[in-house]
Formats: sequence, structure tokens, C-alpha cells
Amino acid sequence: MSRSMFGYLALLVLGLFAPFLFYPVLVMKVLCFALFACAFNLLLGYTGLLSFGHAAFFGTAAYAAGHAIKVWGLPTELGLLTGVLASTLLGWAFGSLAIRRLGIYFAMVTLALAQMMYFLFLQAPFTGGEDGLQGVPRGTLLGFIDLANDLNLYYFVLAIFVAAFWLIYRTIHSPFGQVLKAIRENEARAISLGYDVAKYKLLAFVLSAALAGLAGATKMLVFKFATLTDARWHQSGEVVLMTILGGMGTVLGPVVGSTVIVVLQNELADKVGSLVTVIMGSIFVVCVLLFRRGIVGEIAALYKRMLGLKT
Amino acid sequence: MTEIFGIPIQALMGQLTLGLVSGSFYAMLSLGLAVIFGMLNIINFTHGALYMLGAFLAWMGMDYLQIGYWPALLLSPLVVGVFGIVVERSMLQWLYKLDHLYGLLLTFGLALMLEGLFTNAYGVSGQPYSIPEEFMGAFNLGFMFLPKYRAWIIVASLLVCFATWFVIEKTRLGANLRAATENPKLTQAFGINVPLMVMLTYGFGCALAGFAGVLAAPAIQVSPLMGSNLIIVVFAVVVIGGMGSILGSILTGLGLGVIEGLTKVFYPEASATVVFIIMAIVLMIRPAGLFGKEK
Repeated sequence: MSRSMFGYLALLVLGLFAPFLFYPVLVMKVLCFALFACAFNLLLGYTGLLSFGHAAFFGTAAYAAGHAIKVWGLPTELGLLTGVLASTLLGWAFGSLAIRRLGIYFAMVTLALAQMMYFLFLQAPFTGGEDGLQGVPRGTLLGFIDLANDLNLYYFVLAIFVAAFWLIYRTIHSPFGQVLKAIRENEARAISLGYDVAKYKLLAFVLSAALAGLAGATKMLVFKFATLTDARWHQSGEVVLMTILGGMGTVLGPVVGSTVIVVLQNELADKVGSLVTVIMGSIFVVCVLLFRRGIVGEIAALYKRMLGLKT
Repeated sequence: MTEIFGIPIQALMGQLTLGLVSGSFYAMLSLGLAVIFGMLNIINFTHGALYMLGAFLAWMGMDYLQIGYWPALLLSPLVVGVFGIVVERSMLQWLYKLDHLYGLLLTFGLALMLEGLFTNAYGVSGQPYSIPEEFMGAFNLGFMFLPKYRAWIIVASLLVCFATWFVIEKTRLGANLRAATENPKLTQAFGINVPLMVMLTYGFGCALAGFAGVLAAPAIQVSPLMGSNLIIVVFAVVVIGGMGSILGSILTGLGLGVIEGLTKVFYPEASATVVFIIMAIVLMIRPAGLFGKEK
């Protein structure tokens, strides 16, 4: 236990120094998507529910937060909170519908509901349609820390990420998290043990949606705009890919997966153009066929095997 | 001019026909999904991309090799079907023992690859594919003009859907197929080659998507993104209808197309979302879907 604590501390130190080693906006993007993937992993990795519509929460929160800050003139903190509130409510509504179906249907229902949100955003007057919601001011933190400065914003984003990561970590390792894992492993048995499975699933779904929303709202703040890309189904697919690639059902997997994907996209974007989609698709296929445990999962398995040989 | 509920009958009928046309596509695609799901227990996310591939093959055949509409209507689904068989043999067959979700993820990755390849080669703007000469013009039905090609889409898709239903429900091959769906091990013990049937079923389902693509090519612009938006609506159609019955898929597909067409007349703002709203309502009232059986 102490060894893994040491590992997390090392990562935190890396996080503190990262903006001096890399381009801060890129690291912030990585953090936002890492949070998005961690929130998603709570559902896929720990509850066994594959949502194919998480972009809806990501995008809704981005639009809501952007609208609150830009049009209503709310302070940054309240703006982000508005975004999270919006995605939480949406998560509750979608969750209550989607948990009525299992497995593959669950994935299709969430995808369809998310597509509905996409069309709503496409038509709604406040989203700016194809242009998106542009020029959202970053504002100040607590009224005196200027977030227009990338470095100030970076530590704010890092603080949000660490807090949310800690919340997810605590959730996974709580009795509530144990019940979620029980549902993932054997739903029928969890029911027979007297757990109200629907309630647990819904709560996990809402929590995941809220945190995905936090990621979306934060990303909007970093880039100062919210667009339809945030709510499109490609985005839902991407977060699935990040989680699978890193290793679903592992604490750090989504962080690793999103780092790889975001950096890869950043590197490739101007070199190969639309072939990026082909590369993303190929990674998907390779992951599913060859290493379903993901990067972190494979390393953990390898580590265990080595220990097993030694002792 | 004659009006119904304040809507000119001409416009109403026009939208109704368009609704039936999109309903035909929903029916063909959800039928393919249902057939594949019944046999392989996976949701074929590639379906939309295969529909796009079918349309593109027809366009490429015309543009590069001067292959006309009618040969394309046969050849293009054939190529798509063979592509499906290759996918099944090389990748999908390794996933049957795993959680069904892996099949969805794999086919999603394949869909991204296909879409990306064609976007890279042809851009996102559509390529025109002209209507075959036989179907130029329109029938004058007295109360409306019915474009011949639209009529052909509806007729062709109904024929294909009916033929599929007939083969599965009324022939010996279909009986074997249904037996293999019900209990693959026992069917294999009776000397029926189940893996071969699984492979052919997947190939057929893919070919159906390719056929729909060729049918769509002259009606809409052939574009790399034409499949991905459609497939999500078809997923909603499948959730509404449930995948338990062949006829159910066909009826749900056609019905939702018509509802969508009518929405375009009475409340155009909701026409893109109406299918999803119906899905939400069906989930509230009848979670297993209209024709589905709760497992």
C-alpha cells in the first residue's frame, strides 16, 4: 500500500513540474481528458456498463459552463459548477432510461441519447451552431488570481484533477465501490444478496456523468470555447479508446491511455490529416484483439508474474 | 389546393414518400443488424461504414471502370459481403467467447478506419451519382408526383426484406439457421457446419448494408460520413423494435421513417430528434422494445 502511495506522490510531483517541461496547454488538455477517462472508467471498468454516449455530458457541461460565464457573467468557479450541475441532471435523466436495458442495448441507448443532445446543440440558439460558443473569458479564481495566465490556470486545473481523482479513488475503494464491482462480476448474485442494483447503477452513472461534465467544463475553460466536437459521437468513442488502451478497471489506466492518445493526436494532427481517424481505429482493433487488459493492466499482470516466479 | 390540417396535400405526400424512403433504409439496415445479432451475438457497428462502402464502390465502379448501376447493384454488395467474411474469419471469430461488448468495440474501430480512409482519399464533400436512366422522371398519381427512383427504393427494399424473411422463416436453410441461433452446440452435433453458417450470415448481413448503400447512392450524395449518422438512428430503431423478430425490425424501420417524414411536415425542428424521443418513451413504457422479449 505504501509503495502505491509513493507512486502517486511521484506522479503528483511530475504534475507540479510538468508545465516547465512541456507546453502547459497540452498538459492541461491531457489532464482534462484523463479526468474524462477516469470518470468513464468508473462506469465501464468498475460497474461493467459500457456507455457510448459520454460525450453528451462532456459537451453539455462545456456549453453550460461557457454560457454561464460568457452570457450570464458568472464568476469562473460558479460557471464550472453550473456545467457540472447540468451534466449531473442530464446523467440522472439518461441514466434512469439507459439502466432499463442491459449490455449491448445499454451501449446503443446511451449512444442514441447522446446523438439526440448533439442535434439539440446543433439547432439550439445559444450554442452558436457549427461555429460553437467562442471567446469565453477565463476570468479569475477567488476574484484575484488571473486565470488568463496559462501557469495560474494550469495549477487550478491540476487541483481540480487531483481532487476529482481522489474522489474516484475513494469511491472505488469504498464499500459502495465494492458493490459496484460485485454488480460487474455477477449482477444476478448482487441482486440475490439484496442489493438494489438499479439504484447502485444509477448512482454510479450520475457520478460518472458529473465528473465527465467537470472534465468538459474545465476543457472549455482551457481553450475558451465549446464546440459541437465536444458532443459528437467520435468524442464518446475516443474516451472508450483511452480507457481500453490504458486498461479498464485499473486506477491509472485511463490516465495513461488519455496521455498517449492526446499526445499522439497532437503529434500527428498536422502530419497525417484525416488519417488520424484510421490510426485511432487501428489502435482500437489491436487493443481488442491483442491486449484487452490495456497498458497498465498488462504491466500489472507482467509484474505479478515476475513476483510469482521469484517467490 | 387541397389541404389536410392546413398542410398542402402535395407537401404532405412528398414528405410521406421521403419518410418511406428513409424508412426503407432503416428497415434494411436494422434487419441486417438483427440477423447478425441473432447469429453472432454482436452489434455490428461497422454497418454504417459498410453502407457507405457499398455506395462508394458503386460510385468508384461508375467513375473508374464505367460499371453501370445494375451491375453495381449486384457486384457492390458482393464485394462488401466478401469484405465482411474476411473480417469475420480474421478478427471477429476470436471474440465469440468473450463479452459481447468486445465485438461492438472491434467493429467500432473498423468503422473508424473505413471512414478515415475514405475521408482521407475523397474528402467529406459528397460525390454525385446519377440516377439510372430507367428511373428518371416521376409518376403522375393525380394527387402527387412520385419520383420513379424513390418508388424503386421502396419496392427494392421491400423485396429484399421480404426475401430475407422468407429464407429465414420458411426454408430449410433458414430452419438450420434458427436452430444454430437457438443452440449452436446441438446443431453442430446434428452435422450442420455452424461456423460456416456464422461466417455466411455475417457476410450476408454486411452485403445487405452494401446493397442499401448502392440504393442510396443516386438518392443522396456519396460521402464518407453518410453511414455514421445513419447508423446511430438505426441503433435507436433497433432499441425501439427489439431484435427478436425479423418482421418486427422491418415494420419498426418503415414506421419510424414515416413518423420522421410526418414530423418534417408538422414540426420540422424535431425531425432530427424524433426517433430518439420515441426511443426514450418506449424505454419508459416497454423496456424490452415493441417486438422484443425480455431475457
